[in-house]
Amino acid sequence: MGIDFQHVVELMPDITKAFGETLYMISISLAVALVFGLPLGILLFVTDKGLFLENIVVKSVLGFIVNMVRSIPYIILLVALIPLTKLIVGNPYGPAAASVSLSAAAIPFFARIVETSLREIDKGVIEAAIAVGATPWMIIKDVLFPEAKSSIIQGVTLTVISLVAYSAMAGVVGGGGIGDLAIRFGYYRYDNTIMIVTVVILIVFVQLIQFAGDWISKIIDKR
Amino acid sequence: MIQIKDLSKIYTTKERVVKGVDNVSLNITTGEVFGIVGYSGAGKSSLIRCLNLLEKPTSGEIKIDGLNLMKLRGRKLRQARLKIGMIFQHFHLISQKTIYENIAFALRAAKTPASQINKRVTELLEMVGLADKRDVYPAQLSGGQKQRVGIARALANNPSVLLCDEATSALDPNTTLSILRLLKKINKELKITIVLITHEMNVVKEICDRMAIMQDGKVIEEGAVYDIFSGPKEELTKEFISSVVSFDVPSAILNKCTGRIVKVMYKGDVAGEGIISDTVQQYNIKGNFLHGSIEYIQEIPLGIFLMELQGDNQEVEKAISYMSSRASLVEVIDHGN
Repeated sequence: MGIDFQHVVELMPDITKAFGETLYMISISLAVALVFGLPLGILLFVTDKGLFLENIVVKSVLGFIVNMVRSIPYIILLVALIPLTKLIVGNPYGPAAASVSLSAAAIPFFARIVETSLREIDKGVIEAAIAVGATPWMIIKDVLFPEAKSSIIQGVTLTVISLVAYSAMAGVVGGGGIGDLAIRFGYYRYDNTIMIVTVVILIVFVQLIQFAGDWISKIIDKR
Repeated sequence: MIQIKDLSKIYTTKERVVKGVDNVSLNITTGEVFGIVGYSGAGKSSLIRCLNLLEKPTSGEIKIDGLNLMKLRGRKLRQARLKIGMIFQHFHLISQKTIYENIAFALRAAKTPASQINKRVTELLEMVGLADKRDVYPAQLSGGQKQRVGIARALANNPSVLLCDEATSALDPNTTLSILRLLKKINKELKITIVLITHEMNVVKEICDRMAIMQDGKVIEEGAVYDIFSGPKEELTKEFISSVVSFDVPSAILNKCTGRIVKVMYKGDVAGEGIISDTVQQYNIKGNFLHGSIEYIQEIPLGIFLMELQGDNQEVEKAISYMSSRASLVEVIDHGN
């Protein structure tokens, strides 16, 4: 099981393309997760019992939906969302199509992470803001978000790494990307070189994401 | 100023029902510093948190400046809160924002025009003595400095009342004193009514005009601080006072005493030392001091001495009645042998 460098060079265009597709899928689904997951996570937190926008109905309905989506294994979600994907993207194949189910999985995942980050905030700081006469929006914008920011960045890191793992599965439905490359060459064609190269790329990629996440989270924390 | 009427706060848990605040009525007048003292769990924290509705009372009435707080909700309540400043034991500053931004936050809550925020924050920082800390984060400040920021934030919108929830309990004695002086200054110069809760009698002695003692959710004693220190009625009040003014004489010493042991107390302008020296000169007795101190409460002296009086029984009697006629209180603690 050695590495044939000549072979790697030959397949470089494929590898680059696959890596580009992985980045594409992750970027889209991360963007969607941030746009929808962040407010959803905040909503889950502030509607909880004892908080300033306490609302048991909203909290339980949202909580139920989030749990429901999260309880479906990604591989099943991928297949189950094919009709929706066709509606949005037009066809069920390729990285754009895979982004739909990746987004669907990432939104509730990230929302729960945001909720957990917000729970770590000292309740006293929120109380002090209420006592000062601040509006709910001011509390969200100037207290909750800044106080949880560092922890949310860690959550983004976690979400990106999960997306890397999920995006590899997207190869199953012809989603493209590194995972797809590994399956097509490494599995179907017993091409060990490609298998090893893809694994190394994934390892390095995940390490870099973690490193970057830790670094950003640390420099923005003023504690 | 603040009228609290039949206020109750009941906590219902699965196991039991706890009366955090039990039917409390208090009147706090404009411009005074009012202290509420009690052990933890006495309900003082719940009570002060009810005053700006951080906790919703179960029943009763709270009026601040004639405004019935419990009828307010949403925007009206937020507006009322602008005029009720509050500081906390653990400061509760936004850790990810600078000192400037922390104070500006309070001003923005009051929709202060952006052009005035800078000037007002500078004023406030100067008042609390932190003008040079404007752009640092709370983590870089000491406890006392953080509390000063808390005070600046609480005063940002010119409140009429300042609520202090154990504001000095996390600070060392020197810092506590400097914060108390700042609070007193604020009370005097800005004419802000201060309500504070504490378990430290020293705090009350230092800055309060009137006080209330709480136990099991109820106010058990209430009055001017000087009156309570000089004539506590309830057992718990005496216990609290003994933490500041203690007259415990070791029992080994007491057992050696052969004479009569009396406690002499004098208040205010009565010259205490004079009473005792006159007594010893006029009567043929010997007086030994066992304990004694003069406490200044609101700058008025309160002297308490514990003495052993030796001599002929009749002379001692006469001496005691002479002292009784001049001192505020003479109490025979032990008749001796």
